[in-house]
Amino acid sequence: MVFKWFHKNKKEYPDFWVDYIDSFKNINKKPIGETRFVAFDTETTGFDRKKDRILSIGAVSFVGKSIEVRNSLELYLEQEIFNPETVKIHGLMKKGDLEKVTELEAIKTFLAYVKNADLIAHHANFDKNMMNEMLSRHGLGKLKNRFIDTGYLFNKSKHIIYQENLKEHYTLDDLCKELNVPKVDRHTANGDALITAIVFLKILSRLDKRKKLEWDYLLKP
Amino acid sequence: MKNSIAERVVDFLGGYPPFNMLSNKTLLQIATETTITYLEKGDTIFKKDDVCHEHFYMVRNGAINLYYSNGDVKDIMNIHDTGDVFGLRPLITNEPYKLTATANEESIVYAIPIAVFQSATDYNTQVHKYLITAFASNAYDPYSAEVAGEIFVDYLPNRSQDMVNFQTANYTKSPITCCIKTSLKDAAKKMSNHKIGCIVVVDDEKKPVGIITNSDIKNKIATGLFPIETPVTNIMSSPVMTGKKGLTIADGQLQMIKHSIGHLCITKDGTINSKLIGVLTHHDVLVTLGNNPTVILKEIKRAKRTKKLRTARLKANALLKNYIEQNIPISHIINVISQINDAVTIRVVELALKKMPTAPPVTFSWLALGSQGRSEQLLFTDQDNALVFEDVPKEQYEGTQAYFLELAKLITKSLNKIGFEYCEADMMASNPEWCKSLSAWKTQFKDWILKPDEKAVLLSSIFFDYNRVYGSEELVDDLTDTIYATLEKTDLFYKFLGRDAVKSPSPLGFFKQFLVEQNGDQKELFNIKNRALMPLIDAARLLILSKQMRGVNNTYERFEKLAELEPNNKELYESCSYAFKALSKFKTRQGLLRNNSGKFIDLETLTKEEKLKLRRCFKPIQKIQEILKIRFDLKNFI
Repeated sequence: MVFKWFHKNKKEYPDFWVDYIDSFKNINKKPIGETRFVAFDTETTGFDRKKDRILSIGAVSFVGKSIEVRNSLELYLEQEIFNPETVKIHGLMKKGDLEKVTELEAIKTFLAYVKNADLIAHHANFDKNMMNEMLSRHGLGKLKNRFIDTGYLFNKSKHIIYQENLKEHYTLDDLCKELNVPKVDRHTANGDALITAIVFLKILSRLDKRKKLEWDYLLKP
Repeated sequence: MKNSIAERVVDFLGGYPPFNMLSNKTLLQIATETTITYLEKGDTIFKKDDVCHEHFYMVRNGAINLYYSNGDVKDIMNIHDTGDVFGLRPLITNEPYKLTATANEESIVYAIPIAVFQSATDYNTQVHKYLITAFASNAYDPYSAEVAGEIFVDYLPNRSQDMVNFQTANYTKSPITCCIKTSLKDAAKKMSNHKIGCIVVVDDEKKPVGIITNSDIKNKIATGLFPIETPVTNIMSSPVMTGKKGLTIADGQLQMIKHSIGHLCITKDGTINSKLIGVLTHHDVLVTLGNNPTVILKEIKRAKRTKKLRTARLKANALLKNYIEQNIPISHIINVISQINDAVTIRVVELALKKMPTAPPVTFSWLALGSQGRSEQLLFTDQDNALVFEDVPKEQYEGTQAYFLELAKLITKSLNKIGFEYCEADMMASNPEWCKSLSAWKTQFKDWILKPDEKAVLLSSIFFDYNRVYGSEELVDDLTDTIYATLEKTDLFYKFLGRDAVKSPSPLGFFKQFLVEQNGDQKELFNIKNRALMPLIDAARLLILSKQMRGVNNTYERFEKLAELEPNNKELYESCSYAFKALSKFKTRQGLLRNNSGKFIDLETLTKEEKLKLRRCFKPIQKIQEILKIRFDLKNFI
């Protein structure tokens, strides 16, 4: 009975979710240089996981240090919930002239895009929670990918003598300034994704020099 | 689907050539296929002998070194900054890379796929030509130059694009030839008689069959490979590369690079199957590119209108830029540019004289003052000039002065049109105060020397560096004699000059601090002219006047002369001379960068090495000021 229930439940998941889950089977641990990373960012109507909605998702993927412009993802979502307060940040209006997709379509495209890649985001928890909340609204499970948080990583990359002066909270703008990353296209989801990717690569090169580069180190404890 | 990243790439690409010649639609097509690569310092993009990539590159941030390596020897050929394209070889030929590209600092580069680029631009000729020229200037390396003879040794094509490259090449008409039956010895004699480096071998119908250059003779005869009596056909390079009449400079250059040759045969129909009508050599290419002082001087001398003079003087600026980039000794640069400046002024005076209704009533001299007077003016600066005319009876004075003022107005107006700004302080011959008879000038100088005050010292720092550019030598010599005779009568004047020369302390202290506070928010601009160059110029003038040395106007030459005259201070004077040259170069480079006089240096834009170099230049300033204080006993005077 229990077995049957479990079996039935599994069958109810749509194909794209099954494909996504399957992509995590038999993955070999690869060196960092050969790992596929996806840096992503979401623009939302606000910071409340339950009430707020994702308006756009941007992502870039890379192996090594090169990012192909063509292989980036930029999705704009249809949402009934709208918060005029955040428009001034991301510039996304309820009825813009952008081509929009439903949440479900966005999920499908996003999962097919990221597959089993390691995900990178600035203050990753927020984006992770927003994504998981959206997945659960559609009866799906949580993201299975490993997450790397550039905010956390940056703190770690600072030399020990500066550890005392660390700020609690580094914004992506702070990081751009510190790491000398050109800030074009801030606050469009895929512009921020690109910046996050470059920030990640720059931090990685700092860490690499201090020979601390191991997987456990990158992933949040 | 919308792709914001591609749009931002378009925004960036569109700001730089050759992409600024393309439509937004085309750019988006290219941008979408672009790869963004992050590089750590020292990361390699391609290495010498690597198979050509399918991309060429553009620097988004940071800087990329291109260097030639041979074993352990590394010669940096070029450093590319934001907006520069590089790795263009695959666009031209399929040969492996000749240079290695590495990140000079943390960088981001765009890799642009060649196939997409070419189909998107539809082989747009303008774009293609830009890239060829960019390639030609980057591909320059002395190693291949040595082999090929004289490829681009002296003058590199201008890196910033100008339309000169699309001009028709001026090739050598009626080239020296010999027929296929000639012996090498006879051919070599012919070459030596005509003082040429190559000879074209032609058949009975005057079609080019082969070409013999000096290096063929060196490699095949001098090494004993062939006897000297061997027929030319054994030695010649064959077949020859050909081009059509009306070939553009860019095309000619491309052909030469493609086939690594130094000569192109120009034939009637552009193939080897028609009559030879000329030869295009690298030298011809370079001359047409126009960045050649001889050509510029000729152009100036022949100019019939101010507009032509302006064009010529602008070419001199391009030349200056190349010289600076190529690290040609600054003393040579100063010589060339001041010759050009003087030639421009002479031509302007000549043209102005033609415009006057009558010939000058008496003889006169046109004097350059300030930096042009010292023959060390590199960039366009303010014009400072004066006019001296022969003495006339009192009742004619006013009329004569009026004539010369009229003339001076024409001259200063033309100079301004050419690019020399009017002097703010109105120290120009068009001002009645600085357009006077010989006796009036003598009185003026005597007044300054014998009754010095602040104003006199200020003016003398400009007027004492005069140099005759046009007109009577005697008038000027007469004036100079009087000045030196008057100087003998007094010491006070030297003291005033000395006080002025040491008033601005050596910038060493300020700089030391700067070096420490590198990370601070200190974004000060450093006035290199007032704080570093002027103290040296003032010191040199004072010392050379006190030695009664005439005819040495250049600051660095003055110091060299002083080193000769005072062997015990030789080292200091020599380092002053060096410092002056190095500082001038800094100023010029900054001026070219910012398209102004280069007076202010943004310390933040300097590399650490440059900062150290600047600092080294300040040490002699401090020392020379100490010498002045002692020699002219300025201690209590200040």
